[in-house]
Amino acid sequence: MAAALINIPKKAKRGDIIEIKTLMSHIMETGYRHMASGEIVPRDIITGFTCRYNGSEIFRADLFPAIAANPFISFFTTATESGKFEFEWIGDNGFSGTASASITVE
Amino acid sequence: MKLLGAILAALLVAAAAGATEIPSAERRSGYSFMTPDTKAMQDDGTANPGMLWVLDGEALWKRKVGSANKACADCHNDATTSMKGVAAHYPAFDKALGRPVDLEQRINLCRTNHQQASPLAYESRDLLALTAFVARQSQGQAIEPSSDPRLEPFIAKGRELFMQRQGQLNLGCANCHDDNWDKRLAGSAITQAHPTGYPLYRLEWQSLGSLQRRLRACMSGVRAQAYDYGAPELVELELYLMSRARGMPMEAPAVRP
Repeated sequence: MAAALINIPKKAKRGDIIEIKTLMSHIMETGYRHMASGEIVPRDIITGFTCRYNGSEIFRADLFPAIAANPFISFFTTATESGKFEFEWIGDNGFSGTASASITVE
Repeated sequence: MKLLGAILAALLVAAAAGATEIPSAERRSGYSFMTPDTKAMQDDGTANPGMLWVLDGEALWKRKVGSANKACADCHNDATTSMKGVAAHYPAFDKALGRPVDLEQRINLCRTNHQQASPLAYESRDLLALTAFVARQSQGQAIEPSSDPRLEPFIAKGRELFMQRQGQLNLGCANCHDDNWDKRLAGSAITQAHPTGYPLYRLEWQSLGSLQRRLRACMSGVRAQAYDYGAPELVELELYLMSRARGMPMEAPAVRP
């Protein structure tokens, strides 16, 4: 499975706005480049990213060919309860990656 | 006669000054030339894309391979202790080959000799990952090239290559990196060419890359024929550059624009 790095605070106060940072390993081949032989290098990108907080979706993004390799996605949310963030990336050629991280909300 | 002698001495000093390397007090890592954004990317272990290779390398370190069915960890155990500081004194002299080998070559020698596995291709994800993982264990350590006297002729050869003008643009490495490092080439900073963070993630490459890749890119840049990966000349250059960067802290995996 592809390597992913997640950075969220381990602890937060209820109501705090927290930053979630994610980094996913992927080549993000655009599909617009040519090989020496003239053939197009087939597109191979991540097409979607979702984040669930205790089961409910709080963030979703569609990704496109202009996005750099190893996409870094960061966003904010309000810490409401202790629990788990689950992340999922899907893409071309059946690509699928998941990761999760826990938070304690006091 | 006395006057002529004084002029000659002054000329000699001037000539020597022209070829003098950057004094150690003025040595700067490529890091110090970067924008705050790129610095932040390198400093944050969860934003630095090089850490993705380090993670892969950590998994590979423990994976049994080859007909010997051995993992790196079976001989070297915990890399956080056994590999600490190792990358800071590479390239190192290899007795069997009678010449210096860089970290990538050392990993491949381990694979062929001890794991009885096929060597990994230069710039392949697995070789970069293992190299990055090993180099990561030296983060913050001072670069300290081996004091092995057998390396001296190779350092001298590397230095010669560094000074040697080459390619259609007829430029030597020193013409930019010793003489003009405080200026810019088009929009980009000319750095001092200290290999403190290899293998490193170049935003331009969208990938991790080795020092040899960087050296080959510079050679193409001056319209010279680049040496093949693994060529002794590239290792000699790596060795000279590391001796030139003596005492600077290791940053691998670094990020560069």
